[in-house]
Amino acid sequence: MNPTDTSDPNYFHRVVDCQWACPAHTNVPEYIRLIAQGRYTDAYMSNRESNVFPGILGRTCDRPCEPACRRTRIDGSPVAICRLKRVASDLRGDLTDRLPVIPTTKSGRRVVCIGAGPASLTVANDLMPLGYEVVILEQLDKAGGLMRTNIPAFRLPAETLDEEIATIVDMGVDLRLNTPVSSLRSLLAQDFDAVFIGTGAPRGKDLDIPGRHESDRIHIGIDWLGSVAFGHTDKIGERVLIIGVGNTAMDCCRSSLRLGGTAIKVMARRPRSFFKASSWELEDAEEEGVEIIVNHAPTRFVLEDGQLVGMEFQRLEWDEQARHSTVIDTVVIPCDDVILAIGQENAFPWIERDLGLEVGEWDMPVVDPVTFQSSLPGVFFGGDSAMGPKNIIWAVEHGHQAAISIHNHCEGTAVSSRPPQGVNLVSQKMGLTEWSYHNDYNPSTRQRMQHVELTRRFQSIGTEVEVGFSAEQTAREVQRCLNCDIQTVFAAPLCIECDACIDICPVQCLTITENGDEADLRTRLSAPAKNLDQALYVSAVLPHTGRVMVKDEDLCVHCGLCAERCPTAAWDMQKFELLIPLAVSTPVPVAT
Amino acid sequence: MPSIVKPLVTHPGLERNALGLTIRDYEGGMSTLCAGCGHDSVTAAITHALWESDTPPHMIAKLSGIGCSAKTAAYFARGAHGFNGCHGRMPPIATGASAANRDLLCIGISGDGDSLSIGLGHLAHLVRRNVRMVYVIENNGVYGLTKGQFSASADVGSTTKRGEANHLQPIDPMFLGLSVGATFLARGFSGDKRQLVPIFRAAMAHRGLAIIDVISPCVTFNDHEGSTKSYLFTRQHDVQMTVTDFVPPAEEITGIIPDQGVVSIPMHDGATLRFRSVPDGYDPTDRLAVIEHLMSAKGRGEIVTGLLYVDEQSSDLHELGNTTDKPLTQVPYEKLCPGSAALAGVGFR
Repeated sequence: MNPTDTSDPNYFHRVVDCQWACPAHTNVPEYIRLIAQGRYTDAYMSNRESNVFPGILGRTCDRPCEPACRRTRIDGSPVAICRLKRVASDLRGDLTDRLPVIPTTKSGRRVVCIGAGPASLTVANDLMPLGYEVVILEQLDKAGGLMRTNIPAFRLPAETLDEEIATIVDMGVDLRLNTPVSSLRSLLAQDFDAVFIGTGAPRGKDLDIPGRHESDRIHIGIDWLGSVAFGHTDKIGERVLIIGVGNTAMDCCRSSLRLGGTAIKVMARRPRSFFKASSWELEDAEEEGVEIIVNHAPTRFVLEDGQLVGMEFQRLEWDEQARHSTVIDTVVIPCDDVILAIGQENAFPWIERDLGLEVGEWDMPVVDPVTFQSSLPGVFFGGDSAMGPKNIIWAVEHGHQAAISIHNHCEGTAVSSRPPQGVNLVSQKMGLTEWSYHNDYNPSTRQRMQHVELTRRFQSIGTEVEVGFSAEQTAREVQRCLNCDIQTVFAAPLCIECDACIDICPVQCLTITENGDEADLRTRLSAPAKNLDQALYVSAVLPHTGRVMVKDEDLCVHCGLCAERCPTAAWDMQKFELLIPLAVSTPVPVAT
Repeated sequence: MPSIVKPLVTHPGLERNALGLTIRDYEGGMSTLCAGCGHDSVTAAITHALWESDTPPHMIAKLSGIGCSAKTAAYFARGAHGFNGCHGRMPPIATGASAANRDLLCIGISGDGDSLSIGLGHLAHLVRRNVRMVYVIENNGVYGLTKGQFSASADVGSTTKRGEANHLQPIDPMFLGLSVGATFLARGFSGDKRQLVPIFRAAMAHRGLAIIDVISPCVTFNDHEGSTKSYLFTRQHDVQMTVTDFVPPAEEITGIIPDQGVVSIPMHDGATLRFRSVPDGYDPTDRLAVIEHLMSAKGRGEIVTGLLYVDEQSSDLHELGNTTDKPLTQVPYEKLCPGSAALAGVGFR
């Protein structure tokens, strides 16, 4: 193999599994260390830079970082990254003097964002410090988009939402509530330099089976959640069936419990291992007594005298991959209400089809996945409206990228010209065997989130279930982080091949051996290197014997002992910092 | 001193030996030697050989005297017995331990100072008695613990870190062993575990005293340009006389060494020692020829490594002394101590 190029930002970025997995590339190990030091505001700001909504995401994120966490490969469960993010948000201090300064003299550029969800808010967050005037048009009477309408208050308190939205709106955003957009054409005719569409995926899928339109007790999940969020709906029948088993279904069943439901069943077509809901959301619902019933396919609604009394299902038996099923029999399950949570889709009835804006499959606009520009220059998409339903953290990342594009567009630069990522590597050596970070491995197990007692939590839909980590829990959990951003960096010319690093490594990542191709090298290492997703770090040729140093990055616990036992400092522990380009970090244009 | 002890976290794919133990179970305390010390690599090689040979840790006795090398007995096999004796006095203690319990695997760790200066007399007599044990000399040519004075193994002409040359003749433990009747002599290099581990395994299976002289550079005081025991010098002058492969009893012989020119020597416990002479015609069972080879190699300035001499025929301490075939702990008390009446019978004749 050729020597590893550590100046390529992607190399060490991949070693920081959590950051690599995060759509917005939040610098997770850094903010966990800041929390460990009690620097909560710094931790919050470090988060905010990339993910904009640490308080909201600390409660509701889909957490792509956690399944990726290296700790899982070491002791079976990831660091509770998301919960720690909430700690930073809960304990942070005043942000006023840390937020970007908004120029009082505007650049004259005007941008309109449609929909006040996470994508549009991120665009505003990134463009306001550059002197833009940003108008956000929102059809409802509150900002937040699906974060407000679809996530129940017992998971995300309104205050948290309000506070983080206000941080952006208070930059001087012209937020116009109760302003639905009925025509893109008329918007384009107005005096805006760019249009950003962040309208989400607002239409819940329907289930057109017999009886669907004969009762008003059959609800579309996301519409029903929205109506609960705005207080229009405050009760439901005792027996509720939820159709579908995604995260929306989990929010529907748990909301039902708080509005009078007592016997809630979530009906799934397929076996449990094929569920779309996050495992922790399933656990939380089951803890509250929701029953999850597998292998039931809905066939019709059962009505008596115009009243919904139940729903008929086929009981299915699936093959191993759950591709083919056979029907065993049909059953009728009695109920008072049914909530359909079988997915959502985009809807753009207000975009005229003769504007030159290309529309592709499933009636979705054709959007460039890098620039987020549509086929109409100056019209950008982001969030669920761009690529179909994803989640908040993806919407934020789309917002960042679209903001760069909008800035390019307004500056007359090609939107395809993307600022490159940069990388900083700084030695963490403080003394002979002293590091700027806590390098010892801590064997603590993952801390469990405490929940409000069951008896109390159903009293009000606004009672937040998760109480947050205690100080002790936080202190333990931060030490589980393996500091994957503190990289082992090797200087081949210094190595005398004494083997000290190889002998001391607790997880046997290191080997000095003859070079070869990757497949061959993987068979000749100190310990089996079977995880092909994790890179081998190969050094330049070693001066004494012409062999190479090979490190399997897979299980390194970043304890720094290789560097401590190295007599020539060939190994060093260096902090990797990914320099993520954002619109805000580009030079402020001169006002015209 | 490292800032932390080696974390107990392990690689989840770690192999287990016949006893169900991983190599981490054969580790010991955290080394306090200098970073990059050759001794730590020797420790790692011993750890590896003990794990590979499925040795129960409680059947190991670690013995040492004084010096940097003597400390290393604490750094492997934390479940083993151990005795840290006076300077140079490890051999008599090892003799006693081996005499009392012939089932123990005795591993003596010594250095060039402990063995070739203050302990030279004891070492010579240990060889004569052919005590069944592994005797490791971690040889770096200097007294590291007292800041780098020449030891008795320093070569003529090699210099200290400050530049003074040595004029005294070195003692070579291989020649010493050959002259007083050693039955297993090997030399290795701490920087070459591929060679060292099979040698240790063979030494553990040898019936009698196995001396392994390991060039183990002192990274702090003797790893400089004037040294003949530095990492670089050893690599540049290392000539492997033999390539050794140890095949345990009841294991199919599919060695890592190509078959051509291989000599197989059956060992006492049923294992097989296979090795190939690198210079054609080197015969490690012919003492006279070995002396000749080593003498001429020394003249050429070569550091000869590998299993250099082996004799599986000579008797060990227990056979020579016609002792009990059981460890003393398993001999009934009445037999061990026949009582004062019997004593009166043998006394004052």
